[in-house]
Amino acid sequence: MHEMSLAENVVSIVDAAAKAEGSTRVIAIWLEIGALSCVAPDALRFCFDAIARGTVAEGARIEIITVPGEGTCGSCAKSAIMTALYDLCPHCGQPGLQPNRGTEMRVKEIEIDSRPFQNCRNGP
Amino acid sequence: MCTVCGCGESGTATTVAADGVIQSDERHRHDTHGHDHAAHHHDGHAHNDALLDFGKGPARTHAPGLTQGQMIRIEQDILGKNNLYAAANRGYFAAHGILAINLLSGPGAGKTTLLVRTIEALQGRVPLAVVEGDQQTSIDADRIRAGGARAVQINTGKGCHLDAHMVGHAVHSLQPEDSSLLIIENVGNLVCPAAFDLGEAHTVVILSVTEGEDKPLKYPDIFRAADLMLLSKCDLLPHLDFDVQRTMDNAHRINPRLQTLQVSARTGEGMPAWLSWIEAGLRDPSRAASPPTSTRLAAAPGIDSA
Repeated sequence: MHEMSLAENVVSIVDAAAKAEGSTRVIAIWLEIGALSCVAPDALRFCFDAIARGTVAEGARIEIITVPGEGTCGSCAKSAIMTALYDLCPHCGQPGLQPNRGTEMRVKEIEIDSRPFQNCRNGP
Repeated sequence: MCTVCGCGESGTATTVAADGVIQSDERHRHDTHGHDHAAHHHDGHAHNDALLDFGKGPARTHAPGLTQGQMIRIEQDILGKNNLYAAANRGYFAAHGILAINLLSGPGAGKTTLLVRTIEALQGRVPLAVVEGDQQTSIDADRIRAGGARAVQINTGKGCHLDAHMVGHAVHSLQPEDSSLLIIENVGNLVCPAAFDLGEAHTVVILSVTEGEDKPLKYPDIFRAADLMLLSKCDLLPHLDFDVQRTMDNAHRINPRLQTLQVSARTGEGMPAWLSWIEAGLRDPSRAASPPTSTRLAAAPGIDSA
């Protein structure tokens, strides 16, 4: 369950970003999770709900953007779509596809509650 | 991770006790961790009678601006903080000429026994220290110390892996000699430790012949993160239907660059090759400048490490 650690990191990143903007509530969080990364999105959601309690991220909606896997074959140097790390190259049938996309685990953006009084500093 | 001490907040805070055991601190919990089952989302995965695959789900789209909320771009690697600690560890190891090896395996593959035999063999030849990771107890560190090496135990509490921050604390407590070997025995787990760079020069995975040939395919992340696979308990091969070649093929399908050695800590078979591999690593001047384990999934190029 390393998703617990990942959820802690998400909350920590989001908490810092929201507070930097003067917000006390995060509405939604967009995560980019690669199809080849070692994270189970459902487990991450489950852990997030527990970890986020009592923080600015409590109750925030988690939106997961799945980044498809794509790799380059070490044998024929062609690129190919990957659905698993053990995929064989569809062009030459050899193992050894090296992912160049689809391994990411990123906090992409957040939506924060920005009620008018919090935006006064940006006003005229 | 906690921004104050860097620990995992779910009970994996690390403190070094007087006896050298690094303990998790339950008082450090930042939340109650109650699990409301209603909060478990069932919209992200499909149920199939033959296969429950929690790794698949539809790509989500979003439409910012539909609420009064304000969008903030973040673009940060979820493991960015761990990677920063790992880089700091790597810098420390480089500055002191320390060869750090991260030893991974499932529980019961024979990590500690192999380590004890390795320590016996290297005694007097190479200065050596050990970081032991387990959820509970200092049994392993006690075994290592009884074998004549300096060791510090990290108890991860609820944690299923070591992270770079815990290892940084352990190294600070151990103070390994310059130009020495530091072996980090990770928590017995073939899944979670794969994602966490500790700052090591080499990642070694141990697979025992009692575990099955398909393990590299079932747990690809670990085998992909490793430089070397040790096939352990090879003295048992005559008693098993274990297909060594198929195991090697499966491992190379995941990681074509993976080196492999067959060993038996019990009979000593293959141990000279393993010891030579370590000593070659100690002599290799380029390791100080070596990048993070090149195949580590979480450390893909272009990812911020803020």
